Amino acid sequence: MRSVSVIGVGMTKFGEHWDSSFREMVGEAGAKAVKDAGIEGRELQAIYGGCMASGRFIGQEHIGALIADQMGLNPIPSTRCEAACASGGVAFRQGFLSVASGAYDVVAVGGVEKMTDISTEDAALALGGAGDQEWELFNGATFPAIYALMARRHMLDYGTTEEQMAACAVKNHANATHNPYAQYRRAVTIEDVMNSGYIAEPLKLLDCSPITDGAAVAILCATEKARQFSSKPVEILASSQASDSLALADRKSLTGLSATRIAAEQAFKQAKLSPADIQVAEVHDCFTIAEVMAIEDLGFFKKGTGGKASADGETALNARVSVNTSGGLKACGHPVGATGVKQVVEACWQLRGEAEGRQAANVEHALTHNVGGSGATAVVHIFKRGD
Amino acid sequence: MRDALPLIWRNSSERYQLKGTVCENCGTAYFPPRKICAKCRRKGRLVAKIMPHDGKIVSYSKIHAAPAGFEVEAPYFVAIIELSNGARFLTQIVDTPDEKVREGAAVRLVFRRICEDEKEGAIAYGYKFKVV
Repeated sequence: MRSVSVIGVGMTKFGEHWDSSFREMVGEAGAKAVKDAGIEGRELQAIYGGCMASGRFIGQEHIGALIADQMGLNPIPSTRCEAACASGGVAFRQGFLSVASGAYDVVAVGGVEKMTDISTEDAALALGGAGDQEWELFNGATFPAIYALMARRHMLDYGTTEEQMAACAVKNHANATHNPYAQYRRAVTIEDVMNSGYIAEPLKLLDCSPITDGAAVAILCATEKARQFSSKPVEILASSQASDSLALADRKSLTGLSATRIAAEQAFKQAKLSPADIQVAEVHDCFTIAEVMAIEDLGFFKKGTGGKASADGETALNARVSVNTSGGLKACGHPVGATGVKQVVEACWQLRGEAEGRQAANVEHALTHNVGGSGATAVVHIFKRGD
Repeated sequence: MRDALPLIWRNSSERYQLKGTVCENCGTAYFPPRKICAKCRRKGRLVAKIMPHDGKIVSYSKIHAAPAGFEVEAPYFVAIIELSNGARFLTQIVDTPDEKVREGAAVRLVFRRICEDEKEGAIAYGYKFKVV
């Protein structure tokens, strides 16, 4: 397989966009990415679009065709990829594989979700589709409850506290204050999180990522041709994906995601790097406990110490590893199908030194980690700064 | 998908009787039932079997923000339990004071109403557990 680079990125602001539609968001992010890549639209040979549940959110399927149409890119092939909240990461990996294999030289990868056209209750039901509807959600479980079951077990096994989990939300909100694309650009305190009311114990409202509209796009190109278009290509050093049981109850361990561990091991092997070589990591913090588990499963911290590391500030900007400089899913927002691609956008901005007020120092390698459901899919990518 | 009537009746036998499957090759018990043993795959031989009615809590959460169809029950407990034969699944814990819902607590099967289909009004019954 040949090397692939990201030559352009773009995204909409994340938030509640009642005045813009699914297709308008796709158009905005796509146009920004194409412009950033310095290519003409006609140079794109294929599109991969990540989207989780547009049928439930806006009654629209056939998203692949919609994206190609709205971007004015007919008749190139355009394919939707779905893996719940990992749809964007999986779409990015499909784009990567299509270029790495030699099938195409230049492709676009998009992620998009329009979630606020329906009520929060209906959106929660749609998101429930990421888990085991027939046997877990059917019995009254909610998605926060699934992660709460993991959080409780993590607290029992490792002494992780609610305050330590809250520290992830506090840090991510602090990062988001410097991100003009973030949904919540306001700081919160540990006290705010602790007082925010239980959704599913021990998780409270401010432990949970929000419902968000947004789109993000990345343009991928064979590295050997990247310099024809871009003076700042970002090389993809590794792309890996793993699966696990759909139902949480079927997992051997509730205190980590096996799919993340396996995908991370494979990614570090591909990249010939170790966790210590990563300066910036965009990890999947759909709930604060998810960030605690992610930084352990990715190998940044020993299993069981993620809560303490977060509370000690080791994941803050320019600490041991800068985690979720964008604000993460928690504060940048979580338009489910777009998140995996947004993580790539942030990684590229960090590697290109364009992250402004939230720029980490001396970023040579960045990692993205996107999870579907409660860990039934995990996707990990590692990127290198172009020199 | 609580307005999908077939979802309620299709698995009624499994839900009413706590009927799962056991692999005759490796002995692994599955509830909910599976068609293919995840460990043995083609070498496995799954047969239907009624599960034991007792187990213990592995993890638990008290849900305050309930999904559609469960509002009247909130707050309520869900848990992952492990039966005495090793099968693990998610269920509600009912008829138990809050302080007794703990990791490792022994639980026993009870038959209860799960939820109501919104359109047709059909009621789904099935298993819940209580701490003993």
